[in-house]
Amino acid sequence: MSALVLNNVRKVYQSGEDHIVALDHASLTVGAEEILALVGPSGSGKTTLLSIAGGLLSPSEGEVLVGGEAITAYSAKQLTDFRRNSVGFVFQSVNLVPFLNARENLLVVAEFSKREKKAARERAERLLDELGLGHRMNNLPGQLSGGERQRVAIGRALMNEPALVLIDEPTSALDTKLGEQVMELIVGEVKARNTAAVIVTHDQRMTHYADRTVAITDGVLAA
Amino acid sequence: MRLAVLELRRKPLRFAVVGTALWLLTVLLLFLGGLLDGLYLGSTGVLRQQDAQLLTFSSDSRTSLIRSRIDVETRQQVEAVPGVADADGLGLALVGARVPDETEPANTAVVGYETATGSVPDPPAAGTAWADRSLEANGVSVGDVLEMGPQQVPLEVVGWIEDGNYLGQSGLWVDPATWRGILASSRPDSSLPEGTFQTLAVTVADGADPDEVAAAIDAATGGLTRTVDVEAAIGSIPGIDEQASTFNQIIGTTLLVAGVVVALFFALLTLERTRLYGVFKAIGASSRQIFASVLTQSLVITAVSFVLGTLFVELAALGIPPGAVPFQLEPARILSSLALLLVVATLGSVISLRRVTRIDPASAIG
Repeated sequence: MSALVLNNVRKVYQSGEDHIVALDHASLTVGAEEILALVGPSGSGKTTLLSIAGGLLSPSEGEVLVGGEAITAYSAKQLTDFRRNSVGFVFQSVNLVPFLNARENLLVVAEFSKREKKAARERAERLLDELGLGHRMNNLPGQLSGGERQRVAIGRALMNEPALVLIDEPTSALDTKLGEQVMELIVGEVKARNTAAVIVTHDQRMTHYADRTVAITDGVLAA
Repeated sequence: MRLAVLELRRKPLRFAVVGTALWLLTVLLLFLGGLLDGLYLGSTGVLRQQDAQLLTFSSDSRTSLIRSRIDVETRQQVEAVPGVADADGLGLALVGARVPDETEPANTAVVGYETATGSVPDPPAAGTAWADRSLEANGVSVGDVLEMGPQQVPLEVVGWIEDGNYLGQSGLWVDPATWRGILASSRPDSSLPEGTFQTLAVTVADGADPDEVAAAIDAATGGLTRTVDVEAAIGSIPGIDEQASTFNQIIGTTLLVAGVVVALFFALLTLERTRLYGVFKAIGASSRQIFASVLTQSLVITAVSFVLGTLFVELAALGIPPGAVPFQLEPARILSSLALLLVVATLGSVISLRRVTRIDPASAIG
């Protein structure tokens, strides 16, 4: 089963009298264990595509399936449940909760989904161990380096065992060396869990870590 | 909810401003409430001690204990009304009392009564009194002989009672003859003949409706009496309703300010956290869960500030010299103030609900 299917997805924003087409009849399939890099310049529509795939936005037209689940017509509440259980996000600016330590930042996901506490705690600690942060579990984000914070964010995205991980500009705030380390880590973690991922980046140097690269320009996916 | 409590524990300084404001408002609220209760309790003890449900005044007295006169004949008419189980005479004289070894006279309310009522035992022997304990602040001890009024009628204190004052004057509860004597000596123009009291405390028979009995009493006396329940009689004491109204308006304004403080603080905090809440929504938090977190924080801060404010007021009250300020902090006042503050904190937090609901999870990306 494909991790993500977009069929003729269109997203149009209204700005006064004008209609702005952010995504224009985009069709895309991401395999169950595939890592896809989505590249394009600023304003090309890659963030819109990522948001639609993750249930953050609803498309104006077309069909979206994630892990075989058609989410196109979902209500806001259904989309909240979907995001809680079926996808993981790694945000561009990491966005960890500043007053929670590394372990608690992962457990936030479990708290929202009301998962069993003991199992969630074990999973969070295992993930942090695997991400090389076993000794930093009790540190607050302010006590972690940029790379370590990025790794905590990856752990948080994997907490709910998602079928699809959506990663937004993971290396934008990092130098080349650290960026490569983070990409290696992301790819390693995603592959190790037989999970699919869509990585949005404008950094062409990072695309070789993906199984496939798709370009997007002015809301249109390259054939 | 756990998130909300963790933040409060780890970043308490972030909430110091709102906590301090709520602490100050709690102190103000409890001081006002304590003063109101102190004034009320110090003015109404004589009436609140009555076990009877009704009080019968002469109709021309406008339910004033001082002005009212009920003679023997009227009393007999009242006692004969069906539904009246008992009618006990009650009288009052506001008299200055000289205290042995003290230069300042004490303001007292001499209460003439016929039978035990409330926490006050049966009347003591003639020429003696049960004294309200507030007289201790005037240097009175059990065994002292007070000199009552301009004619210095001797009155020996033989024991203490609690909560037996009237209009802020310390109660001295005596038998009817002693009261009548002191009233005549201190205010000759107000002297009353044997058997006449100022009011009757009417106990209603089991099963009888007090309102119907009150109406029947006034009908039986041909309109010479006005019978009201104890609560209405308390409301007729000069200044009681006005005091309560004034204090309650200030208390209401204080609560309103508390609500505005909570509303503004959490509205600003929510604005500051728009991005963080966007991330929470993106990873599966509902608006309800986020608002529950805001509400939890506002209620916890309010409760903690309230506890600290209450402790401060209790400690400060210990420093008030006895009898200097009519301040009395009742458990019911503390609980009702806490409940009201929690309600306004909840209402104040609701202001943030709209903003929380409108936060777009897509704001977490891009």
